[in-house]
Amino acid sequence: MKNNKSTPLIETIGLRKLFKLNGGARLHAVDGINLKIYPGETVGVVGESGCGKSTLGRTILRLIEPTSGQILYNGSDITKISAGKMREMRKDLQIIFQDPYSSIDPRKSVIDIIAEYMFIHKVYKNKIDTYNRAAELMDLVGLARRYSSSYAHELDGGRRQRIGIARALSLNPKFIVCDEPVSALDVSIQAQILNLLMDLEEELGLTYMFVTHNLSVVKHISTKIMVMYLGKCVEMASSDELFQNPMHPYTKALLKAIPEPDISKRDEEFALIKGEVSSPINVKPGCRFAKRCDFCFDRCIQEDPNLTEVSYEHFVSCFLVEKNKVEK
Amino acid sequence: MDNVMRNSGISFKKQSQTKEIWRRFKKSKGAVIGLVMLVIILMILLFADFIAPYTAATKQNLANKLQGPSLAHLFGTDSYGRDVFARIVHGGRTSILIAILSTISSCIIGSALGAIAGYFGGKIDSIIMRSLDIFMSVPDILFTMAVVFALGANFVNLLVALTLAYFTNYVRLVRSQVLNLAELDYVEAARAGGASSARIIASHILPNAMGVIIVNTTLNVSKIILYESTLSFLGLGMPPPAPEWGLMLSEAREFMRTSPHLLFFPAMAIVLTACSVNLIGDGLRDALDPHLKS
Amino acid sequence: MNELILDIDDLSVIYKTDLETVKAVNGINLKIGKGKTLGLVGETGAGKTTTALSILKLLPENTGKVTSGNVKFEGTNLLEMNEHEIREIRGGQIAMVFQDPMTSLNPVMTVGDQIAEAIIMHNEGLSKGEIEKRIDEKLTMVGILPSRKTEYPHQFSGGMKQRVVIAMALACEPKLLIADEPTTALDVTIQAQVLMMIKELRNRLGTSMLMITHDLGVVAKICDDVAVMYAGEIVEAGTVHDIFLGEDHHPYTEGLFGSIPNLSSRTKRLNSIPGLMPDPTNLPEGCIFAPRCKYCMDICIRVHPNTVFDETHSLKCHLFDGKLRRDKQEGKSEKQ
Repeated sequence: MKNNKSTPLIETIGLRKLFKLNGGARLHAVDGINLKIYPGETVGVVGESGCGKSTLGRTILRLIEPTSGQILYNGSDITKISAGKMREMRKDLQIIFQDPYSSIDPRKSVIDIIAEYMFIHKVYKNKIDTYNRAAELMDLVGLARRYSSSYAHELDGGRRQRIGIARALSLNPKFIVCDEPVSALDVSIQAQILNLLMDLEEELGLTYMFVTHNLSVVKHISTKIMVMYLGKCVEMASSDELFQNPMHPYTKALLKAIPEPDISKRDEEFALIKGEVSSPINVKPGCRFAKRCDFCFDRCIQEDPNLTEVSYEHFVSCFLVEKNKVEK
Repeated sequence: MDNVMRNSGISFKKQSQTKEIWRRFKKSKGAVIGLVMLVIILMILLFADFIAPYTAATKQNLANKLQGPSLAHLFGTDSYGRDVFARIVHGGRTSILIAILSTISSCIIGSALGAIAGYFGGKIDSIIMRSLDIFMSVPDILFTMAVVFALGANFVNLLVALTLAYFTNYVRLVRSQVLNLAELDYVEAARAGGASSARIIASHILPNAMGVIIVNTTLNVSKIILYESTLSFLGLGMPPPAPEWGLMLSEAREFMRTSPHLLFFPAMAIVLTACSVNLIGDGLRDALDPHLKS
Repeated sequence: MNELILDIDDLSVIYKTDLETVKAVNGINLKIGKGKTLGLVGETGAGKTTTALSILKLLPENTGKVTSGNVKFEGTNLLEMNEHEIREIRGGQIAMVFQDPMTSLNPVMTVGDQIAEAIIMHNEGLSKGEIEKRIDEKLTMVGILPSRKTEYPHQFSGGMKQRVVIAMALACEPKLLIADEPTTALDVTIQAQVLMMIKELRNRLGTSMLMITHDLGVVAKICDDVAVMYAGEIVEAGTVHDIFLGEDHHPYTEGLFGSIPNLSSRTKRLNSIPGLMPDPTNLPEGCIFAPRCKYCMDICIRVHPNTVFDETHSLKCHLFDGKLRRDKQEGKSEKQ
């Protein structure tokens, strides 16, 4: 899986996005993220609302311009390239949106939505070839061709999400950011779309970054998982490792908080952390999670913990874990 | 191309949305009445020369002055003995033509500025909106009067004055629409596909803002008809003896007591036209509103 | 079985517009025992919210209509009550919590005043001091400092707003609380906090609950009984044990469980249910699930199945006709 270890497909180095608010306050949406995504991997990014996971996905694609840091695609920096070159680059880097209702222009028919990117990049010389390719894409994502002239509002959420997927695939991308692609869908439809995404990954050799708040979905689809809290990565490990051996107090609490469809765990305490996600505006130094953490000590409030590798490919950003490691 | 496409199971039915809007438009009685009225009015204006000769509208005949309605003069004659019916039929031509043209020009200029301000934001937005504030701080009527006084009263100058008085509405309207629409994911999706700003504005933002713009444009036509009558009433419209509804009202003022028909008929013409356009505007607003889609 | 607080019998609801008639709820039976929590599970459009709204006669007046059935609350039929009588019940004996806390709160009133309003509506003649005392009490109960009662809804976060809404619902100590997806809009850790609170309050106050949700995980955490709803019908109902541990299931229930990515085991593909829910304006003649069912037999397409009962468990599927215990393999061979 990681045979191509030398060059990640996507790499971010110290990626940072600050939003300046009225009155000079700064919102730290993404705060120094270092992430390597190798070809064929699916990296899950989890966190609660406001942790910056969606902003991260959009910043990597430069749909939002980063404040500082670098984004490397196949080893070359795409942070500074011109708008025109970036438009060309979008063929390789795509996105699937969360909301299948707002991500599709209500005034265009299905086939036109799927064909739009191909028209922008003039992939085919004539219209017929373009529409035929769009029809093939409909087959690929399991959307019957008879819907080609329908408008998106005539279709249900699952079918709309299939349109979004077909559109993202239309330029044969290498890397796709999936921004909560199933959270607006019903359970049975969600399963259909997840299966489709996994099939496509295998068939077309895609690499995903899967942004979601749903831990069971992320476990199902990802090979590697990054947990974000207030713009920072608190823990990163392979999917199995993270679920079997979570180390950061936040990850532990997050895993416990999922209500599992299993009544044997019915009476377990599952709300482990108190309080709410604090504001990402003008954050003070120190660990972002310190306020809600039961194990918080002096150092957590004074210093920022660094992301350290505690075991092979398992990174945690917590003084507690660092301390334990030294004691061992 | 359609045939080739049908073979691969793809179909196109582009008109369906227009049809759908028409279906909802027809549901509203008021809108249909307004449409019928407007069509009749426009037909009369279009074929004015066949209905009443232009000379009857301008040629003075003092022997016949201030006659009441009769078979020879359906709406009577004015203080110069001109046929009121002919004057209304021909006068409407200028009024409505000016109203439509100035609406279109103010809509185009205003929408373009609004779209640019809303889409690009930042400094461009500030510059456009602040200069607009200056424009809007001068009362419309004062502003138009100044323009007409400075340039002189004729067709083109009137057009310029009305356009300048009304384009500000569209800037605000379109800007707010664009600000809302630019937030939507499908605009971001187009950017993610590599679409340029011009393409995004032309093919995603403006078509979706069209509904609101169209409705406002229709309502504006009636506003401008009334406004233009006001200008003529104040003596700032088309120079006499060209027939013009507002001008007729202004001239009729002196004879209000003795010959009320001079006031009545042009006033009715203005009211009916404005009313029909308003009815259509209301009907369109309902028909174009996606929330009412059943 | 113990005393019932709510007994819905053969309830059917339609939405009628000029163009079409939507059969939203089709002859459902639901029973909630005193002090019990019933989870009503299903996907969007299954008719869960419609059921809840018809209990309190809150269906949209010009389109929604109850075509048959009774809703008995402690023995009296709510559907026969007039507007005045039902208003006494609403917010008094039966309270409701909606999914989106923002729409249930008035943005220009302080939360204290909103809770006070709920208290006064059903307890006239309370003194000012008493009302204040009750507001403090309710806020403390849901884990909000009473000093925050002078704040406005926008000063609260999503989870806190939902707590305020719950405090309002519990203001008059209702006997039955209807919660329509109360935690769906919240983050996982906040959802966990709110669910724990609901569970704890319910146990302490002995309130009965109708919990509407699409999340089987939430059901497993707090419900005693479960009813699975699909296209306006209850296809399976029983205790949590019947549903989560029992062997016999309606194919739709089976599909729902298969659709959830499992945290404990790693499966490559999810067993999703193919297809979509049927069009509620044009329901299939036989079993409503037949078009998506992998065990579908001839009879399923022709004949609408009846409900078969076990002691606590009920199913609406031809696979279980005449008996509840039946091997699934048999069902498969019949199909071939």
